[in-house]
Amino acid sequence: MTGAPTAIYLDHQATTPVDPRVLDAMLPWFSETFGNAHSEQHVWGRQAADAVDMAREQVARLIGAEAREIVFTSGATESNNLAIKGATRFALRHGRGRHIVTLASEHKCVLEACSAMEDEGAEVTVLSVDVDGLADIQAISEAIRDDTVLVTVMAVNNEIGVVQPLTEVGALCWERGVLFHTDAAQATGKIALDVDAMKIDLLSISGHKVYAPKGIGALYVRRRPRARLLAEISGGGQERGMRSGTLPVPLVVALGEAAYVAAEGLAREGEKLAALRARMLTRLQDSLDGVFVNGSMEHRVPGNLNVGFNGVNAETLMADLPELAISTGSACTSASVEPSYVLKALGISDADAGASVRIGFGRFTTENEVDVAAEMIVRAVQEQRAGGSARAAE
Amino acid sequence: MDIYLDHNATTPVLPQVAAAMADALARTGNPSSVHRFGRLVRRSVNEAREAVAALAGVSAANVVFTSGGSEANNLAIRGFAERAFVSAVEHASVLDAVPDVYIIPVDGNGVVDLPAVREILAGLDGTVVVSVMLANNETGVIQPVAQIAEIAHAAGALFHCDAIQAVGKRPLNLCELGADLMSVSAHKLGGPQGIGALVVRDGLDPEPLIRGGGQERRRRAGTENVPGIVGFGVAAQHAQRAVIDYSVMLAGLRDDMERRLLAAAPDATIHGAGVERLANTSCIGLPGVSGEIQVMTLDLAGVAVSAGSACSSGKVTPSHVLSAMGLDDDAARSAVRVSLGADTKAEHIDRFVEVWSDMAQRRDTGMDIRRSVA
Repeated sequence: MTGAPTAIYLDHQATTPVDPRVLDAMLPWFSETFGNAHSEQHVWGRQAADAVDMAREQVARLIGAEAREIVFTSGATESNNLAIKGATRFALRHGRGRHIVTLASEHKCVLEACSAMEDEGAEVTVLSVDVDGLADIQAISEAIRDDTVLVTVMAVNNEIGVVQPLTEVGALCWERGVLFHTDAAQATGKIALDVDAMKIDLLSISGHKVYAPKGIGALYVRRRPRARLLAEISGGGQERGMRSGTLPVPLVVALGEAAYVAAEGLAREGEKLAALRARMLTRLQDSLDGVFVNGSMEHRVPGNLNVGFNGVNAETLMADLPELAISTGSACTSASVEPSYVLKALGISDADAGASVRIGFGRFTTENEVDVAAEMIVRAVQEQRAGGSARAAE
Repeated sequence: MDIYLDHNATTPVLPQVAAAMADALARTGNPSSVHRFGRLVRRSVNEAREAVAALAGVSAANVVFTSGGSEANNLAIRGFAERAFVSAVEHASVLDAVPDVYIIPVDGNGVVDLPAVREILAGLDGTVVVSVMLANNETGVIQPVAQIAEIAHAAGALFHCDAIQAVGKRPLNLCELGADLMSVSAHKLGGPQGIGALVVRDGLDPEPLIRGGGQERRRRAGTENVPGIVGFGVAAQHAQRAVIDYSVMLAGLRDDMERRLLAAAPDATIHGAGVERLANTSCIGLPGVSGEIQVMTLDLAGVAVSAGSACSSGKVTPSHVLSAMGLDDDAARSAVRVSLGADTKAEHIDRFVEVWSDMAQRRDTGMDIRRSVA
């Protein structure tokens, strides 16, 4: 852990720290009151099952769903796979369509799940987004065909934080009789979501983006009218046959608590994060020329800033700032040297995309951290522009 | 006193595992991130991967972390073939992994019939996976896995071994088992729920079930369950050291328990007793009393056991494992599984034997079975 405590973590779209309240809720379930939640015939199992029920209720409440519409998974990647592949396979098997509509700026796992369905006989329409990163409702409407099974549009983009017009997409899908799936990994607990008001049929949730641990997520699956899925993991028939496997009780409890904590503080936390972001942006723009923001600032989660510095190499910038955790894009693809496909989807040039970083603020970020981080970034940008990064000079 | 004798369903997390996980939970970082936070957690994932690999007798690159045993079993089969040949006593996650599944019969002890395997696999074409578990979750019966693997390979099939119940209870080695693929799960050996692994031999790469980022060398997408993996690693290290002592201790307790049960009810049956079993598992049939009633009665007396596997324990169908061993429906319904753990003491067994014997006696005298000793 050398050095980590002094470093500043501003990469909350990659992962969040576990909230102490969440940790307190989950820890007893490891060894004090352990049990297999499916062993309902004895007291150990029943206690575990009760804890799972409560967590299911907490998660459901965060998105305006019913407890029995929540399927626990190992994370949002699995949820997205289950939603897209499960719904498409069900439709393919029963001759109820074979077409998927999605966006070019979706998370890698959504795009990969869609392309896996092409191998199984589905067709996929990948729509572009506008310069702000927003979906075009008209384009989605035109893309929906008679054989469209599913429209999958993310709630909040993982790189640029842009919030898609979920209510409009939901209303359109409802009217046209196609399923609406949204990858809400970056949105749950960050913005208000209501599956009924937004007419969402399938919604993916991630634990570790909302101050719960890694290894847990959920998929909301609408009951009325029922969204039908084929399971990806079969076996014991847990989670109403949609996802087999022993439920990880401590992780499920953690996600429940995290949902509860997030719901309690949603508005307050949003204001705090928006203020931190404004503080950062102001400091960067006051001290530097050629600062540009990628994606809509109006339709954006408060915790995200994706900002570019003309003439700067973002990879070098990050390497020059070992005490600051920011990123050049999604963590899943961050080892790649290619410019972000999300930024490219907005029509941003390779040069500008390569000059951009993602700064993610979180629940425990302080104003002081923002000030220090802003100063560090400003200095590194100035040094790089002055010809030679600190790193190159070493 | 609450007595837990259902360790095949799940085990308590070991103290050293809980401590390591608490550390991991306090650490922020996505292992795919290139910054320091990411690199630090990546290192802890790598260390745990080494430990799990060592337990399975393989290299770190052979370990694909999954969300647990069920996913590992699904990946082992669906990741390679559309057709599987599996024993009749397999776990549901193996039986249901692909629709095109052929069942290999077992004998009265629940052991796979080797000549039948040879016959069934003769003249095979196309890619298939043969899947036979190392130890059964309900009876603890050990399969002649190395021999089955040889037959499977001779027929050109891949061989998968579900070692979920065996891991931590007996020494394990992918090569010695002759397996191409092996499933393991952390929560059966003092690790946490929600993490498991598919062990693959060199040169084999499954078609991923879960797609997305390039995690697990493109064999399983999704941000790694870092605390779970860390906990699994510590549990694996412990299991490797303790496995022999554990078996000897539990076999002594278990065998003594079975003798006393049979003395109390001579018509009771220990299923699979005629063959090699896991040291911690006992599947006990008490004619005339359904497993559910037995489990309920024992639960009221503070003793947790199960009637079959946990995943199907909500169902009232007879155990498919016991049915496959040739038991009729009544017999298959009247068994309980007792599974001991590292924390099981002689006094726990004494209490179980006492309650169970009282139950058997009430059966013989026609009294209400559920009103057992307090």
